[in-house]
Amino acid sequence: MEQLFQQIINGISLGSIYALIALGYTMVYGIIKLINFAHSDIYMLGAFIGYFSMTTLKLGFVPSLLLSMVFCTITGVVIEKVAYKPLRHATRIAVLITAIGVSLFIEYTTMAIAGANVRSYPPLTGILTKSFLLGNINVSMQQVIILGITIILMILLQFIVKKTRIGKAMRAVSLDSDAAELMGINVNTTISFTFALGSALAGAAGILVGIYYNSINPLMGMLPGIKAFVAAVFGGIGIIPGAMIGGYFIGIVEVLVSGYSNSLYRDGVVFAILILVLIIKPTGLLGKNSREKV
Amino acid sequence: MKKLFGINWIKTLVSLILTFVIIQLLISFNIINSYLQSTLAAICINIILAVSLNLITGFTGQFSLGHAGFMSIGAYVCALITLRMPTIPGFILGVLAGAITAAIIGVIVGLPTLRLRGDYLAIATLGMAEIIRIIFLNMDSITNGAAGLSDIPQFTNWAWLFFYTAGTIIIISNFIKSSHGRACISIREDEIAAEAMGVNSTRYKVTAFTIGAFFAGIAGALYASTFNFIDPKIFGFSKSIDILVIVVLGGLGSISGSIVAAILLGIITTYLQAFANIQMILYSLSLIIIMIFRPQGLMGSKELSLSIFSRLGESFKPKKGRV
Repeated sequence: MEQLFQQIINGISLGSIYALIALGYTMVYGIIKLINFAHSDIYMLGAFIGYFSMTTLKLGFVPSLLLSMVFCTITGVVIEKVAYKPLRHATRIAVLITAIGVSLFIEYTTMAIAGANVRSYPPLTGILTKSFLLGNINVSMQQVIILGITIILMILLQFIVKKTRIGKAMRAVSLDSDAAELMGINVNTTISFTFALGSALAGAAGILVGIYYNSINPLMGMLPGIKAFVAAVFGGIGIIPGAMIGGYFIGIVEVLVSGYSNSLYRDGVVFAILILVLIIKPTGLLGKNSREKV
Repeated sequence: MKKLFGINWIKTLVSLILTFVIIQLLISFNIINSYLQSTLAAICINIILAVSLNLITGFTGQFSLGHAGFMSIGAYVCALITLRMPTIPGFILGVLAGAITAAIIGVIVGLPTLRLRGDYLAIATLGMAEIIRIIFLNMDSITNGAAGLSDIPQFTNWAWLFFYTAGTIIIISNFIKSSHGRACISIREDEIAAEAMGVNSTRYKVTAFTIGAFFAGIAGALYASTFNFIDPKIFGFSKSIDILVIVVLGGLGSISGSIVAAILLGIITTYLQAFANIQMILYSLSLIIIMIFRPQGLMGSKELSLSIFSRLGESFKPKKGRV
């Protein structure tokens, strides 16, 4: 029983990271119907920026987090403007191939600049190194911080989407971009803003994964990226709470499978769940009836 | 059947024989050395993969991101058979068994998932391919797990590769011209309209998927036999993406486009080997640029060979009075 709770605590930390990445996938898919394969590489960039700001610039954790979020936001918007905007009216498969191209470009450019080898994050200092016992369960401060930051960011995101003008615009564009344009909403700005939000979250996920797993490399985004997308589909793609639920679910399942059975099967189980969900309820757990797709 | 022995058939045959003989001569005079021969093999395998995926994605309009999964089935089945029967009949049996196994898995995967549309199907096929890869990774006793199978007997040469590649192209292009193929194209254009006209869309989608899986299995078997070594990593998600890139680059719904794109990419990657560190950067940049400026791919949905040959044929024919 203790082991189960311990695994669930670990799963929640991993799930937070998946949820943060999945949010970016789901928002972009909701608004332009694109599986943004480059999103997982923004997450990788976030981890690298965090690494450089902690080692080269010798900044603390919070400034590094903000720095990588800002950098990822800019990168996300630039990618959207340069690569996806010219293809707004092209076929979806052409945009998808472009996204794959962007993804490869980011991966191999990072590899050319930073080298292909695995780097380990600098040792943590101060409060981050502590851990405490909750009953008999060991909870590290990193896990608390990961969960805390994730929850803060999710509340912030919900606030932006539900309460601000630009959030309203995002919801309108995802519902019907033509109608939104006729109502005077600047669709291009709204799409860029969606990319900015998603990329900022991915950047945060990158640096959190850096402090949690301690090792980063230029191709680290591929598998978590696919799994985060699975999480988004699981919860119902285009639906923000769906991505959160999906992220935590996938994270916990993955940790439980590798804890109780062969860890090599954990990805297989994740994909098997995906296929079952798709066959039984293709629109995902939360379905599409709730019209909020941003 | 009348058409089978018509002028077009002879033209196709002649051009096929010419291609075969010219490349065979280049190989025997060592102009195509052993290094270029492996490029040639890679191109042939990519042509088979791209043409078979084009049947699924380009002609039937079903977006599959799991083609490497079927390829891996063909590769493993053929490798396991030829490792136990290192003879030519063993190789033929291996390729056939690989292709048939892949086709059977294609039916099993296709029946439930092809009800899904668009991106959902893409993700489901991606998941299937990953599951297949993870199964191979975990069947240590049979597939040797992550270490992979090595020392697979090599039987492929230019003749075999050519035989399978040309066979794939001929069978798939004939399938597309048949009434079944037309039904597949009608599903791509408008599934609901096709259903209303009496096309059993599920049946044709599964048929196209199965044929695609069959030829992907052949390609995998040839891969195993050409490169002597396979492991589950080769057939990951990025392999499926590579195949899809060839298809989209050549043009969805253009078989000659897939062939041209496979040859071009094969040649480009060979010559970019010299710049290994920036090879992938150039590749990805050109991908983005081509998609921005020519999103329909190099050939669109047009076919190259037929129009040129018919134009050539036109000039030989006695001129008839045209209106």
